[in-house]
Amino acid sequence: MITVQNLTKDYGLNRAIENLNFTAEKGEVLGFLGPNGAGKTTTIRILTGYMPPTSGSADIGGFDVIENSLEVRKLIGYLPETVPLYGDMRIYDYFKYMADLRHIKNPDEKIEEVLEMIGLELRSQSLIKNISKGMQQRVGLGQALLHEPEVLILDEPTIGLDPKQISEVRNIIKNIGKERTVLLSTHILSEAQQICDRVLIINKGKIVAEDAPENLQSRLSSIQKVRIRVANDPDKAAALIRDTAGIMNVKINDNGMIEFENKVEHDSRAVIARTLVKKGFELLELTPEIISLEDIFLKLTREEPSEFSPEALEGQEE
Amino acid sequence: MRNIWTIAKKEYTGFFYSPIAYVVGAVIFLVMGIYFAFYMNIAIVYQYVPEFTSVLDILVFPLLFLAIPVLTMKTLTDENKTGTLELLLTAPVRDYELIIGKWLGTFLFFLTMIALTLLYPLIMNMVVEPGIDQPLIVSNYLGIILMTSAMTAIGVCISSLFKNTIAALIASIGTLLILWLASAPSQFLSGAAADFFTNICITTQYYNGFRNGVVSLFGISYYISLTILALFLGTRTIESRRWR
Repeated sequence: MITVQNLTKDYGLNRAIENLNFTAEKGEVLGFLGPNGAGKTTTIRILTGYMPPTSGSADIGGFDVIENSLEVRKLIGYLPETVPLYGDMRIYDYFKYMADLRHIKNPDEKIEEVLEMIGLELRSQSLIKNISKGMQQRVGLGQALLHEPEVLILDEPTIGLDPKQISEVRNIIKNIGKERTVLLSTHILSEAQQICDRVLIINKGKIVAEDAPENLQSRLSSIQKVRIRVANDPDKAAALIRDTAGIMNVKINDNGMIEFENKVEHDSRAVIARTLVKKGFELLELTPEIISLEDIFLKLTREEPSEFSPEALEGQEE
Repeated sequence: MRNIWTIAKKEYTGFFYSPIAYVVGAVIFLVMGIYFAFYMNIAIVYQYVPEFTSVLDILVFPLLFLAIPVLTMKTLTDENKTGTLELLLTAPVRDYELIIGKWLGTFLFFLTMIALTLLYPLIMNMVVEPGIDQPLIVSNYLGIILMTSAMTAIGVCISSLFKNTIAALIASIGTLLILWLASAPSQFLSGAAADFFTNICITTQYYNGFRNGVVSLFGISYYISLTILALFLGTRTIESRRWR
């Protein structure tokens, strides 16, 4: 449905995105993941025909986004980053306006449907400026769904929602993604992990990784971290672990936990457990620490490893 | 066409929810009403036949020169500021449909207000024997409507240039005043140059034609051309966003 080739966009001397290439198929939720300022919104604005690329091409449903902008715009439903609402309008009137602009045949039916989907059927006569931020976000999403678009493009769709609403919106997106194409941008990793079939990690205008969230995780996490707690004498146990083949970075942390790392392909958990028990240690806990997409994301998007880089701090929020 | 109407309708009804529109309407009727009352009184005291054309002069200047910028200033700056412009430009709406729709909605709102001012000539018609010069009133109103059309288009065009509402307001008042003063250089010139400056002035066709009951094709086409030119420039401004 979406094909992007060598897409580049310059703002003056600044290169916002460089040679982006990707595709999205029907029935797929494609996640666009990256720190703020990575070029997500720029790419999305090019796809929706809001601005042209400096070079390269993009087409949606077989229509070029520049040459056939109007056809493309008919196909897409778009929720921009700043939710585009008219505060002085009632929710129903706003939907009616958008439905009329999109020449929807039976607007009232569609509006009912969308209101139900976003859970605001009882608020349709409220002025948009008087409803909560989360509701406004859902109204924005509703506007993008009115005409049952083939392609749904969402720029940070869950910002400003409370946890319950986040999961509701995610479910809506997942359902739509079953039959149609969804492209969504986010800087929240767990979100990409939960709703996307495929994730593009973008940093400084370039795609740094592309795969299914599970694959990204296994492909890029070659090291497994394990934590062990024994009932007595952790120092001795640590020494024992240190002697085992294929184990790296054995440490004892402040609360007596022993941490070590090993290569994923040499899983040494069973060996360690057996040795420790045989030598008379009482093994209380053995926890493999899964390297999350978050860690991968940080690894990929961080040039200098620093605990206080904006990306790292952003990751911690979630 | 359908989109133009949709946008115009939304714009028009939007004014009825806007306090600014009510304030503008109230000021127009209050100022015109006070002026009308005084004018009628003076006419009675000095025993001459009042002419409604003189009352309309205050509507032309300064009322419309202030009211039009105030009501057009937000047409596109607000869309730009709140991000709804992005929504409209990524919906299947052509740039010219957006601009024409915005202009049409605002223009129709002014038509409504101008129609309400017809109350004053009705009153005058009842008071004056044997009634006022009705064809002259028709010609006056036609001129005012055409001028309002052009001035509204200029306001919408200038609104498309700005993100800041106050900047758009001052720029459109300035533009209208400059177009009003444009005939000044013709005082010092002669021949074609003088004609050029006289004709470029936004009020010339009204004061020299419609106000005196002269409905000329030139006058009508002047205001229509000015409307089209301003709407065209506004469309180009919106288009240029895509290439900046």
